[in-house]
Amino acid sequence: MWSWETAREGLPVVLSGFRTTLYATVLGSAVAISLGLVLAVIQRTSPRWITLPLRWTADFIRSTPVMIQLFAAWVLVPGLNALTLGIVVLGVHYATYTSEVYRAGIDAVPKGQWEAAVALSLPRRRVWRAVVLPQAVRNVIPALGNYVISMFKETPFLSVIAVQEMVHRANEFGSVHFAYLEAFTLAALVFLLASYPTSVLMRRLENRLAR
Amino acid sequence: MADFVTEFTRSLPSIADGVRVTVQATVFSAAVALVVAFFFGFLARSPRLLVRGSTRITVEFFRGTSLYVQLFWLFFALPVLGFRLEPMACAVVAFGLNFGAYGSEVVRGALNAVPRAQWEAAVALGMSPWQRMRRVILPQAWVQMIPPFGNLLIQMLKATPLLSLITIADLTFEMDQLRSLTGNTAQAYLAILVIYYALAAALNSLMKAVESAAKSRMGQGTGGA
Repeated sequence: MWSWETAREGLPVVLSGFRTTLYATVLGSAVAISLGLVLAVIQRTSPRWITLPLRWTADFIRSTPVMIQLFAAWVLVPGLNALTLGIVVLGVHYATYTSEVYRAGIDAVPKGQWEAAVALSLPRRRVWRAVVLPQAVRNVIPALGNYVISMFKETPFLSVIAVQEMVHRANEFGSVHFAYLEAFTLAALVFLLASYPTSVLMRRLENRLAR
Repeated sequence: MADFVTEFTRSLPSIADGVRVTVQATVFSAAVALVVAFFFGFLARSPRLLVRGSTRITVEFFRGTSLYVQLFWLFFALPVLGFRLEPMACAVVAFGLNFGAYGSEVVRGALNAVPRAQWEAAVALGMSPWQRMRRVILPQAWVQMIPPFGNLLIQMLKATPLLSLITIADLTFEMDQLRSLTGNTAQAYLAILVIYYALAAALNSLMKAVESAAKSRMGQGTGGA
């Protein structure tokens, strides 16, 4: 049965794991958001012999489970610490999603903008940096935010390669003190308290940008 | 490598079992999720504030607390309260509620996207609420729901390796057996990734077929009736 005593003891343990969870989410998102942009621009600017294999690889990564990818990377890339490895795998996995988001954003930039840039004979780099990307990125911020929230809720997968994130800590505490009820309930509540306000914020941002 | 291929061939029956369990879990969870999605999707449109509010809270709860934690809660924490579910039941309930909550947003959005005039026309023709929903609104909303449902289905498939963590002998579990048997870790993981890729591709083409069927049925439905 539920014991407040145990819950009070477990809370700091769960919260210490939450720090790792947040850290992984922030860095993993940074990888996903920047790598996704690079992938999207490569898709638009490179010859077919680069884009085609790249698209196959991204498609493969996107449609296979991140948990297996973590295991595979864990045994195939020795010498990296688990947290770093996990951040890279999560980041690359989500980059295959964010690159699609950026692609849609780039496609949505009106054709006239490209033509105007050409008419002004801007160099290609400037066209991307000063004309296309600022417009594309602004429109996709809410979608990127939603992926950050989903990544946050998928960080527990990192526990399979022994990263001490929140669920890993909760599981440990639960098994040692025979207090699974308190441990996992606390973990669920922390997830809820962190993700709900963020998703409300994202919805607001979406409405504002849509106007 | 040759070693792995022989072992892989010898283990094919148990790997096939694992695939069957994984597919079974996906199908059952998807069925539960579909029911949950429609249930909450309709309730979220209720004119009563109390119904709408409590639906919102429930949906946000299941969307906001991470599938991973929900599954572990059902498997580890629920028995402490005196309820013990079979591992497969835990999986189906957790997956069904979590993805059902996401799906309810899809249902709500699709119902809202059916043009106002369609509702009004159905009322003007004197259709009962049930007739209106079944013959006018749902066929149109359903076509819109299928692509996002397809995405959720793939995500669900990709979450099924979690089953192996709660003692279910799914594809991941069987592959892990083979891996420890042969010691060929790289090949085993590559093999399981390829199998998952094939399953995802199969689900994708299934959803494409469902979508085109729904589209053509809607064309006939609106013309004939």
